[in-house]
Amino acid sequence: MSGQGAREAVFPTRMNLTLTKQRLKGAQTGHSLLAKKRDALMNRFRAILRKVDEAKRLMGRVLQLASFSLAEVTYATGGEIGFQVQESVRQASYTVRAKSENVSGVMLPAFEGVRSKEGNDFNLTGLSRGGQQVQRCRETYVKAVGTLVELASLQTAFMILDEVIKATNRRVNAIEHVVIPRLENTVAYINSELDEMDREDFFRLKKIQGKKKRDTEEADALADAAAEAAAANAAQGEALGMNSRTENDRENPDEGIGGGDAGGKVMLEQDKDEDVIF
Amino acid sequence: MSSAQTAKDRTLIAVIGDEDSITGLLLAGIGHVNQQSKKNFLTVDAKTPTTVIEAAFQEFTERPDIAILLINQHVADKIRGTVDRYQAAFPALLEIPSKDFPYDPEKDSVLKRVQKLRGD
Repeated sequence: MSGQGAREAVFPTRMNLTLTKQRLKGAQTGHSLLAKKRDALMNRFRAILRKVDEAKRLMGRVLQLASFSLAEVTYATGGEIGFQVQESVRQASYTVRAKSENVSGVMLPAFEGVRSKEGNDFNLTGLSRGGQQVQRCRETYVKAVGTLVELASLQTAFMILDEVIKATNRRVNAIEHVVIPRLENTVAYINSELDEMDREDFFRLKKIQGKKKRDTEEADALADAAAEAAAANAAQGEALGMNSRTENDRENPDEGIGGGDAGGKVMLEQDKDEDVIF
Repeated sequence: MSSAQTAKDRTLIAVIGDEDSITGLLLAGIGHVNQQSKKNFLTVDAKTPTTVIEAAFQEFTERPDIAILLINQHVADKIRGTVDRYQAAFPALLEIPSKDFPYDPEKDSVLKRVQKLRGD
């Protein structure tokens, strides 16, 4: 029997064969669609990968500049402003807003920095001296944070894509290596079972045909023997019986043919059944 | 989409870092103190115990209003295990260089993954 290996637990019927074939076709379509999705995601992923790498390195330089401007501030204000800054924090004036972008069914978030219009908490910072440097430093840092936000959205997209690609890959592989072979096995199994059944049927029909033939032959032989015996009797009995004997002779084969006809009809009908099965 | 939904509520940038980084970033206006007077930043110096950093890291990664978590690389090094284990997309974790410690791309947990993926 073929259809070794894992297969669905179904009865080998013609309907199940059709159903399984349909499912196999569906699985193949799904596989090609998922493979396409994976390719699209991978494409995107590679682009993001390159950008993340670049942005990370850019960030290093940008923050260096920002630190430098902070050092200027420290020098200009002639002391630590850190404490003052930390204490005057109330409400974030630089926030991020998330937009989302759809890449073949995957929502990729993209952050966008938003500066609120209504002033900030540090208007009085560096009031005594170095106010200008403080403002410049603020601008530098706002730019740096912009870079950071951009990088963060790239990185988030990277994380999400990574996960989605893994999941898609798993699905593609599962369909390719588990679902499709399983369905193929099932189809092979059902086919082999059906063939087996057909062979059994055919064999049975042949057997029955053979038996019918034998039966008819036996009946014919008996009838012939009886006819001959009757003929012998008739020949012995009277010479006049010539006519009747020829009639008898004709009648007996007739009966035989009639029996054969009936048998043939039965055979024909069985043949029809076989055709339906095939 | 739930991830997009949660992303909408996340508007803040949190920082764990040394005083200079914090000062600079706060000047840019990312600082926020909420009603429970919880800050979205933590100043770390040489004396800050690792447990405090860990706790802040946990808190910031679990808060639902933080979109991006910035952490100084030398601070991230102190809790490297936790940072490397952090895989979630939200909040996005960014390791940033500080004034005294130049940026080393080899240590960054995300860049490590990037390089692994580009390598093979």
